[in-house]
Amino acid sequence: MAFDKMELRDIEVWDGNFAAAQAMRQVQIDVVAAYPITPSTPIVEGYAKFLADGYVEGEFVMVESEHAAMSGCIGAAAAGGRVATATSSQGFALMVETLYQSSGMRLPIVLNVVNRALAAPLNVNGDHSDMYLGRDSGWIQLDAYSPQEAYDLNFIAFKVSEDHDVRLPCMVHQDGFMTSHTAQGVKTFTDEVAYDFVGEYKPMNDMLDLDHPVTHGVQTEEDWHFEHKARQHNDLMTKVMPKIQEVFDAFEELSGRKYNIVEQYDMDDADVAVVCMGTSVETAREVAKEMRAEGIKAGVVGIRVLRPYPFAQIIEALKDIKSIAALDRSSPNGAPGMLFNELAGALYNTDSKATLSGYVYGLGGRDLTKAHLTDLYKELQANADAGKVLTPLQQFIGVRGPKLTFL
Amino acid sequence: MAFNYDKYLRLQKMPTLWCWGCGDGVILKAFVRAIEKMDISQDDVCVVSGIGCSGRFSSYVDFNTVHTTHGRTIAYATGIKLADPSKMVVCVAGDGDALAIGGNHTIHGCRRNIDMTMIVINNFIYGLTNSQTSPTTPKGMWTVSQKAGNIDPTFDTCDLAIASGASFVARESMLDPKKLEKVMIKSMQHKGFSMMEVLSNCHINLGRKNKMVSAMENLEWIDSITTPKRKYDAMTEEEQLNILPTGILKQDTEADEYCDMYAEIQKVHQGERKKITQDDFAKKI
Repeated sequence: MAFDKMELRDIEVWDGNFAAAQAMRQVQIDVVAAYPITPSTPIVEGYAKFLADGYVEGEFVMVESEHAAMSGCIGAAAAGGRVATATSSQGFALMVETLYQSSGMRLPIVLNVVNRALAAPLNVNGDHSDMYLGRDSGWIQLDAYSPQEAYDLNFIAFKVSEDHDVRLPCMVHQDGFMTSHTAQGVKTFTDEVAYDFVGEYKPMNDMLDLDHPVTHGVQTEEDWHFEHKARQHNDLMTKVMPKIQEVFDAFEELSGRKYNIVEQYDMDDADVAVVCMGTSVETAREVAKEMRAEGIKAGVVGIRVLRPYPFAQIIEALKDIKSIAALDRSSPNGAPGMLFNELAGALYNTDSKATLSGYVYGLGGRDLTKAHLTDLYKELQANADAGKVLTPLQQFIGVRGPKLTFL
Repeated sequence: MAFNYDKYLRLQKMPTLWCWGCGDGVILKAFVRAIEKMDISQDDVCVVSGIGCSGRFSSYVDFNTVHTTHGRTIAYATGIKLADPSKMVVCVAGDGDALAIGGNHTIHGCRRNIDMTMIVINNFIYGLTNSQTSPTTPKGMWTVSQKAGNIDPTFDTCDLAIASGASFVARESMLDPKKLEKVMIKSMQHKGFSMMEVLSNCHINLGRKNKMVSAMENLEWIDSITTPKRKYDAMTEEEQLNILPTGILKQDTEADEYCDMYAEIQKVHQGERKKITQDDFAKKI
């Protein structure tokens, strides 16, 4: 390899952005096409610095918009390169058209999405609006709750995404500012170990294989479109989860760090459970422990893989729970909330008698405090005791003014 | 008596988020003075801004204002102007906003020659996101996205606007706020699409790594690359290299303005005139 290796300490103090940038360096990407947007800019900026300093061999191009960034990534991936980029919020929204292109063309691209609210009103802080926006785009979505996880999940993303049975793009999400700009200890791999885990990229159906020329993204109408989409859905439903589990297992063997498709904390004997994503998981875990001192058997479920949706794993995780709260960090805008709907969808045909209530919290970077969660767990316990939901089905937490509830 | 800006500012939004020594404040003040001299009601002015440091314009000035998405000022403004052509519409955008992500809208705004003024604050860099190469970053400069030196060719905002069909094109820098104010008035009084490029400093995110650490050094560099159009025209081609002419570079009062043309379409719909044909235009292709 013509580029320099970087000597890392066993534990480095990195924020989520830098952790993702380091992972991108270690897997040796061929092309990064990017456009700056708060709060994900430091990821590609970090990558550009590694390139300028001779630590990576690939190409970096700063293009004229996020739409052009993902389009450039699609071109590079179709030509047979290992490709990644990063974005947030409005940039992600601008990319949406091309997200469907990349998944439809079965191109393994890794996109680091640093979650941020969607305008209007303009807001640069973290919530999950952009993550929710991407959930029907045919991408795999992994959620990191800390800088360590942002680092680890990047390797996992490349390995899953580039597998020849999968060949689907993958997003690695982390919370804007709360993860992306908060430095923590991150256990590192040496460059060799990191690269060897992901391995050399072996493209499939790439354009530059001149012996087997192909075309990408051709027009199909009512004759074949449905079959293409059905095939893609089939692979998402049947091939991706086993591969993710296989890679999680391999990663645990390598690092000792265990990831699960659905993370469970204090769930073994829990009566009540909060289901959430991102940095809120850690807050909820802390509160759940405190609730146990008060006699409430509280647990936490963290969604690690949002897409494909972990239907079976959710049912398994929640089968003995009496009362469940779905915490949505995105404005539901006229619906009960994505997590609420999807949990209800998973549990409906099961024997579960659990109550399910929805909570909307933390929009635009508003804090979710331990006090909020303490009250929430008490409501769940009351629901469990009564065997029915005693509160409105949808409650807003932490919004100013009179308490806002619906349904 | 000193000019009182308070009437035109949203004082509860002060202080601005702009860095100490930033040219954006000078430009905002010149804009406010220009509006005062034009004797137009605040309620008849609409300021549309994009994303970036310049995007804050719409928060600070007390007119009808819209803070839009990145690069889309002209697209939003076109809707505003068509809905009520009697209002004065001013877009404010940075170089990245107007020429990269919104480049398409810029050329088509110019092409339609719709009556609005676009103030492009060109500081030669993406400032708010900390120093990425923009379409006007000079070749060879250091940016965080091109730490080995920028190789991307640069856009000349005014040449682009002229070529795209804008009927009024001017360039000034914030070094001479009085002149800037005068040219701004002319750009806003002009009927048709007015491109008003204003060169500004970003010593924090452009200057610091390009040997212009202070605002003054950054401004001296801007001074060194600009010259009034009259002098520029007298220079040889070799001397013109690396120099940007300032002043009014194009002013065409004859060009068809889009809202006026649209009024003709409305007349067709109302049966007041025949359909528009190629014969209605001197230039056929």
